[in-house]
Amino acid sequence: MNHRPRPHLSPELLRGLTRRRQRGPLSVPGISRRSTLQAGGVAAAALALSACGVGGQQRDSESVEDYWGGKERTGSLRFGNWPLYMDSERTQLQQFTEATGIEVDYKEDVQEAAQFFGQIQPKLANGDDTGYDLMVLPNGFELAKLIELGYLVQLDHTRLNNYADYAGEVYSNTAYDPGNRYTIPYTSGITGIAYNPDYVDREITSIADLWDPAFEGKVGMMSDAQEIANFGLLYNGVNPADSTLEDWEAAAAALREQRDAGIVRAYYAQDFIQPLTNGDLWMTMAWSGDIYQQNAEEGTNLKFVVPEEGATLWTDCMMIPYTSQAPVDAIELMNFLYEPEIAAGLTEYIAYITPVPYVQEVFREWAAAEGDSERAEALTDMAESSLVFPTEDEYQRLHNFVNLAAEDQEQFASLFHAITQS
Amino acid sequence: MSTGVHTPTEPAPRTPEGTGPGRRPARARRRTDWGRLYTIAVLAWLFLPILFMVAFSFNDPAGRHNITWQGFTLRWYQDALAYPDLNQAMFNSVSIALLTMVISGVLGTLLGLALGRFTFRGKQLTNLVMFSAISAPEVVIGAALLSTFLMMNVTTGYWTTVVSHVMFCVSFVAITVRARVITLDPRLEEAARDLGAGPFTTFRLVTLPMLFPAVMSGGLLAFALSIDDYIITSFVSGDVTTFPLWIWGTTRVGIPPQVNVMGTLLFLVGVILAVANVISSRRRR
Amino acid sequence: MSNRKSTPYVLVLPAWVWLAMFFVVPIGGMLSLSLTTGNVVTGFQQTFEVGNYVEAVGTYWEQIVRSLFYGGCATLLCIVIGYPMAYWIAFRGGAHKSTYLLLILLPFFVSFVLRTISWRFLLADNGVVLGTLKSIGLIPSDAAVLNSSPAVILGLAYNFLPFMVLPIYAVLERMDPRLVEAAHDLYAGRVQAFLRVILPVSLPGVFAGVLMTFIPTSSDYVNSSVLGGTHNTMIGNVIQTQYLVNNNYPIASAITFVLMGLLLAGIFSYARALGTERVMEVHA
Repeated sequence: MNHRPRPHLSPELLRGLTRRRQRGPLSVPGISRRSTLQAGGVAAAALALSACGVGGQQRDSESVEDYWGGKERTGSLRFGNWPLYMDSERTQLQQFTEATGIEVDYKEDVQEAAQFFGQIQPKLANGDDTGYDLMVLPNGFELAKLIELGYLVQLDHTRLNNYADYAGEVYSNTAYDPGNRYTIPYTSGITGIAYNPDYVDREITSIADLWDPAFEGKVGMMSDAQEIANFGLLYNGVNPADSTLEDWEAAAAALREQRDAGIVRAYYAQDFIQPLTNGDLWMTMAWSGDIYQQNAEEGTNLKFVVPEEGATLWTDCMMIPYTSQAPVDAIELMNFLYEPEIAAGLTEYIAYITPVPYVQEVFREWAAAEGDSERAEALTDMAESSLVFPTEDEYQRLHNFVNLAAEDQEQFASLFHAITQS
Repeated sequence: MSTGVHTPTEPAPRTPEGTGPGRRPARARRRTDWGRLYTIAVLAWLFLPILFMVAFSFNDPAGRHNITWQGFTLRWYQDALAYPDLNQAMFNSVSIALLTMVISGVLGTLLGLALGRFTFRGKQLTNLVMFSAISAPEVVIGAALLSTFLMMNVTTGYWTTVVSHVMFCVSFVAITVRARVITLDPRLEEAARDLGAGPFTTFRLVTLPMLFPAVMSGGLLAFALSIDDYIITSFVSGDVTTFPLWIWGTTRVGIPPQVNVMGTLLFLVGVILAVANVISSRRRR
Repeated sequence: MSNRKSTPYVLVLPAWVWLAMFFVVPIGGMLSLSLTTGNVVTGFQQTFEVGNYVEAVGTYWEQIVRSLFYGGCATLLCIVIGYPMAYWIAFRGGAHKSTYLLLILLPFFVSFVLRTISWRFLLADNGVVLGTLKSIGLIPSDAAVLNSSPAVILGLAYNFLPFMVLPIYAVLERMDPRLVEAAHDLYAGRVQAFLRVILPVSLPGVFAGVLMTFIPTSSDYVNSSVLGGTHNTMIGNVIQTQYLVNNNYPIASAITFVLMGLLLAGIFSYARALGTERVMEVHA
């Protein structure tokens, strides 16, 4: 039953559900203590059968030579990505197929990192195919776990010459994956503050504004443990990347105070745009690209700021699971997406930060070639936008997430889930 | 209140239009019928979100957030199948629901028949397990199934979803069928046997036709429970996406109008079924 | 059908196997998982760690209490809204009874998730409902409903109302009209007739309705995550997060067990208070 509703609640069922004790020859004996004991016995037997725990699942990842030696192209690959991370024509994939002949089965299956991890983890633990040869996940706890568990293929950087040539400094040798042994960035974004100037009549510049009682009940925060923790840490003046348990506790205390003062309206997974547009929220933690896209598509005038205290830079990374059926095709696509023209096409649609700084030049060239069209204007806007190409000064204020082993993640997560799941 | 009040010769369950108790309606007609107004007000409340959904299937939003009215369009109906993932999710939902309907229909009918007709060892235990399966919260069922699949190293996906749906539907079908079996007159089957029919023939020609309405409504109930399930499915479906799961996923990035279109079409199917039901029951009278 | 002794066993065997494998064993499995320690990387070892329960209850008692409270409020609301409706349809619905029943069920052709999400748009501060009320000055311009306890409770009541109306209706509809007539003949007033005759007769329906609404509402997590704000988390949300986000299976299954135990205890004590000792008979 529960929410399973029942267009067809039949008279028989209703009668069954509301019937009193039967009399006469068709009587149904009631449930007795004995049968309850019987059930207990069955459950105990089941328990005995299954009392074995869940086995350890860690494995050692093969070295680059061992893994890549003898691997060949298959002519097709399956790519799992986030929704709205490529236009609906899949232009870049068509270009890839044209250039290499490799067909791509593109699936927008990643909707939440943790949930996605929960889906693939049992398969990887069994050594089964996940259904993806290439996938995109953010640099966060799930990525750390995948690396720790040895579930990712070590990349053969000799096959990633575009990455070597074009990736920006921030995106090579990343903190979450030193030497980029397992991942290279797909796109990056900033978690900062967005506000709606229709309701907020002053300029917002700092994380402390999120704690301002003037905005009581109109502030949105993110529900993700890492995202919200970062803001609590920055509010306290701590760099998330090298925070300690003590810092986390202080950050949790600050966030709890903000919540209990009634300032926070709700904690959002990523659906903050709609309430921010319609005035349910005046100000919220937000991702840069979402705000850029919303303004560009719907003509809204939402503002996005990288606060004084700093913000976090996250990166959605491409990676190959060790059970991939087409690793060579996958790494070719990874490399292909770093060709500046291709990266530019991708960025034009998704409006997040590209790991290829040269894209800015490409935008300017394209805009010049377009002449006076709407697209030229959009391209110029994008090339000049610090949401897509953060300035040097802004990069200075962008911090990394803290890297934690699975064991510490639990403590961290429960500390901050206690805030969001109040 | 026992079903025993139904005489065995009354085969069909009493239609809701039957004679209800209470004073004659004539007396109420003089004053404003507050009861009717109240009922209509509650119904309006029930339909409010549906109206909203239907209206916004005709909206023409500029961006990806279909939340403010920006003009009338029919293009989402022409473009209803624009999202391959949504189509796949819809297909998954329907095929899982059909499989659930068939499997739980068969298992539940057999179980209901046994419970309604026979006395056997373990009957009380069966009742207890069925009761627990029906009344256990969905999170509990979902969580328990996931725990088991995890411990047995079963990869969750399409078939674990089917299996789980059948599990929570079986008891509903069984209860429906049992309620019907109890009202059946065993003498009809005896008569069939007296006339020389074997057990299987008796079942096929006498028992099953009489049970059929209950089997159908049990099966349809299973279909409805399965196609709309979100909570249990979210635990056991692995990388398989169903319609409710897909909607849930896209709320985060903006629900495309196609979801409203599909919701509206499903709702229309309901309206058609309902109208057909009303017409056919009118005709029967 | 032959009356050979084995017949019933042949009939029930498939369903038995199914229910045993996918209901009884999983419940046992969950019990076993709730007594393990470890994490996804190292695996979970069977250590019979009872501390998981202590930790689960200690950390989440607030959400547990809140869930029971929300479920109780939503159930009460369903009775208050649904009983008069069921009464009216059963006794005064006349020729349109089945039409009214179908109208109650029709919204449920639209996905549960979709209906709940629709409420989020409808209840927005400047949305269709509040915006209209505000523009005609019925409520202050800063009034808000979304992301609050009332929003969650309303959502729960909305989603589960038919589960209350239908069983009550089913009982009232089958009621012998002569009972009411007899009451009137004995000079009972309308209130007396209702309290002494109709209400007692309809109690099994209310009982079934309460079971069918209280259990799912108090363990739901969709309404609270779509319509709730801060301090509105229900235990279902916690279970979902612990299982699917944190992969903290031992704590997750311990909370699940606590929830199930509480609900079962509730059902039995409720049945006892109502004087219906044999719960299953009404239900199953």
